[in-house]
Formats: sequence, structure tokens, C-alpha cells
Amino acid sequence: MILADEPEAGQPLHILPGHSSPGRLERVLRAGAFAVTAELAPPDSADPEEVYARARIFDGHVDAINATDGSGANCHMSSVAVCALLTRVGYSPVMQISCRDRNRIAIQGEILGAAAMGVCNLLALTGDGVESGDHPGAKPVFDLDSVSLLALARTMREESRFESGRKLASPPRMFLGAAENPFAPPHEWRAERLARKAAAGAQFIQTQYCFDVPRLRSFLAAAGDLGLLDKLFILVGVGPLPSARTAEWLRRNVPGVYIPDAVIGRLAAAGDARREGRRICVELMQEIRTLKGVAGVHVMAYRQEEAVAEVIAASGVLQGRVPWNPNRDRKASQQKAAP
Amino acid sequence: MYALRLWSTRHARGLETAYRALDAGLAALAPLFRLIGHRHLERPAAAFEKAVKGLFFDCRMCGSCVLHSTGMTCPMNCPKELRNGPCGGVRADGNCEIKPAMRCVWVEAWDGSQRMREPRAAFAGIAPPLDRRLSGSSSWLRHLREQEGARS
Repeated sequence: MILADEPEAGQPLHILPGHSSPGRLERVLRAGAFAVTAELAPPDSADPEEVYARARIFDGHVDAINATDGSGANCHMSSVAVCALLTRVGYSPVMQISCRDRNRIAIQGEILGAAAMGVCNLLALTGDGVESGDHPGAKPVFDLDSVSLLALARTMREESRFESGRKLASPPRMFLGAAENPFAPPHEWRAERLARKAAAGAQFIQTQYCFDVPRLRSFLAAAGDLGLLDKLFILVGVGPLPSARTAEWLRRNVPGVYIPDAVIGRLAAAGDARREGRRICVELMQEIRTLKGVAGVHVMAYRQEEAVAEVIAASGVLQGRVPWNPNRDRKASQQKAAP
Repeated sequence: MYALRLWSTRHARGLETAYRALDAGLAALAPLFRLIGHRHLERPAAAFEKAVKGLFFDCRMCGSCVLHSTGMTCPMNCPKELRNGPCGGVRADGNCEIKPAMRCVWVEAWDGSQRMREPRAAFAGIAPPLDRRLSGSSSWLRHLREQEGARS
């Protein structure tokens, strides 16, 4: 998808009427295309090339790249830095902000800084508890929660002021997102929590891993009853499972991941579990694409990032659309230069 | 105490009634409190509030009490101190991701709120971030001052 007002890579796009950010993700979603995002695991390194190498494998397959913020309470390169590196070459990053490590002073500063670096999307998260990570002795902050963080980011954007009321010279033009887990109890309250996030300012949603489509359907139906499907772009979380053992481990040890026995059974019975895991992922993506109220998928393939392009291509969810990537610009300019 | 805290959620409706009585009692005593001065009452009131609410709700004295809108379950017992509903890490059995032996505070809040007079009202609106300066102070006295302010 080449935009008419495509600038130099790394330069901001124009903000279209009715849009809140100059970002590509918002443009793709508002244009009605089925969007694909993927999660980048930030490196344990100070080398920018490691970030670029991790982003490159998604080229031509994703509309935006999520940079996680100390996910699982493990220490990695910061999400704001990963995002700033990605915007330099024109990628469209989604900056995840967790409430675990920073108070409202730090978070507001980071939102301004990220917007200044060309980051157009923010995903407000509560964050995993420090107990689950590699620094369990750290102080958990949780000055805000995901909902009050959304409200704060919207206040900054819409009212051009800090939470304190002090004015901003230029507001952060960010497309605001939140996570939701339709698969965690209390199920009957999840759609209402979604409504609360929408009321606080969420414009898009990326869900936890979905392996249970019937549960997703009932969540979407409840969200529809609350009138949320017209207000929110919902991207459903998917990912390939490498083996039955890993799936067991994930559901036992990673908070919020629910994998039905049937899925684990299929992996266990398969000769090549890795291939079966990708096949399950592709089938899920194809089924999810047909659901009313779903605007896209969010692919999370921790330690299997090389599988992301494969499952997206195999699923056909992009329907031939090629999302922006630096390579495409290079090809286009070479074509232009040729006599 | 955890067991009493769970009891309080199961008896959210009765406690809601008790809270209304307390509200009326405080309102009746308001002129006396004004005479003594809230400044002088703050410490004994906070100590009393801490004793009562500590017993029934494991109250953390955040100073911005929302018990009446969270099914008589104190959200400050959430290890993440979430004030706008549960996180995505709630276990399949409804227990906390961080404290596996504890029921998720927000699963409890949902149960408790269903027992109250206006179950839906419990989850409406967005709770603002806490004002940490109020920590340790009496929210009952503050509530009284706000009501008086609203009336005048």
C-alpha cells in the first residue's frame, strides 16, 4: 500500500481529517484494511543493529511493530528506544508502556519524548508483576493502571496538558491502544472492562493469545451489545506454538495465557509439532478474519519470530496487500531512477 | 484478615446498609465535628477507621476509599493496586497471578457488586490515579467535608 503523500522514510506523515495520529497503523485501520501487527522482543544489547535485524524479518508482512516494555518483568532494551530506532528508518512502531516501572512523571515525559521521535502508537498496559521476572526484588510502581494511563494520554493529546494541568506547547499525536484478555476470568465482566478502556480513550485493542474462538465470539458479541465494535479496532492476538510441552509450560507459567486441551492434544499427536503449531495458527487467523468486529491480528511469536512471515503469508489475511517496508521504498526509487 | 475480607464481600449488601447508617451517623455528628475541628479529629478518626476497615477489608488507608463502588472489596489488596478492574493475568480458577493462593480482588469485587443494590453502578466511570498525599488519612472525614462542601 503506497500512500499518495508518502514522505521520506523517517519523516512524519500528514494527519488526515478525523485521524488522531500521523501514523500508518491508524491509516490502514481507518481505510478498512485487515491490519497485521507483530511483536518484537527487544534485545539484551546496546547494539541498534540487533533491533533492525529483529524488525527486518517482518518486512512486507506487518503494518506495525510492537516494542514490548520489560515483558514478563524481564529487563531488556527500553520500548521507547526500540521505537525511536524503528522510526528512524520509517517503521511504524507501537510503543508499549507498562505501569509497573514508572510513575506518572516518568510516563508523561516518555510519551512526549516518543511522540517527538515520531512514535505514533501507544499501547497502555498494566504490566506483569515483578515476581514473574528476572528482578523479583525490584520495587513495583503501579502509580497508574492501564485505564488511568489511557485517560492521561488522551488528556495530553486532546487537552494539550499534563495531568497536573500544566500546558503543553505541542501535544503528542498518538493513536491510543489497550490490551484485553477475553480469555481470563471474570469473563462476564471483560466486555465491560473493554467499554471502560474505550471510555478512557482506547482506539485500538490488541488481545492476549487467542486459542479459543468460541470464547472470542461470545466476547465480541458482548462487546457488540455494548456498542463497542464501531468504536474500537480490535486486533486479535495469535501465535504459533512450537510443541505440546511449550504450550503446557505457557499455560501453566505465563499469566493470562489460556490454551484449550484440544490444541495441546493436536500438538502432542502431530509428528512434526512445530509445523502443526504453525498450521493451527494459520487456521486460527483465517477463522478470526471472518469474525465481525475484528479489524486485524496481532502476531506474537516469542523466540519463533522467523515463523511470523510464514504464518501471515500462509494465512492470506493480507489478501495480496504489501505493508510498507524500507525495502519497498528502495525498490520504488530504483525503478524511478532507471531510465 | 483474608477470611474476614472474603466474608465482607459475601455480605456486601449488609455492609452497604451499614455504610449508609454510618453515613447518616456522620452527617448527624457533623456539627459536633466542626466544633472540635477536623484538624484535631484527623488522627483519632484515621486510627478508628484503620482499625474497623483493616479488620473487615484489609484496608490499606489509601485515603481515597472506593469500597462502596467495588462490591465492598478493597482494590488496594491487588498486588498491582489496580483501581479500574482486573488485569489480564487472572488465573483460570479466578485467583491472582502474583499471589496464587489469593482470589483476584476484582473477581471478588465483581461477586460483591452483584449483591449490592445497583450492581452495574459499581463498575461505571473511570477511577483517577490515587493522590498519594492522602495515604494514611481518614477518608470518612474527607467524605464528610466533601458532602458539606457540596451542600453549601
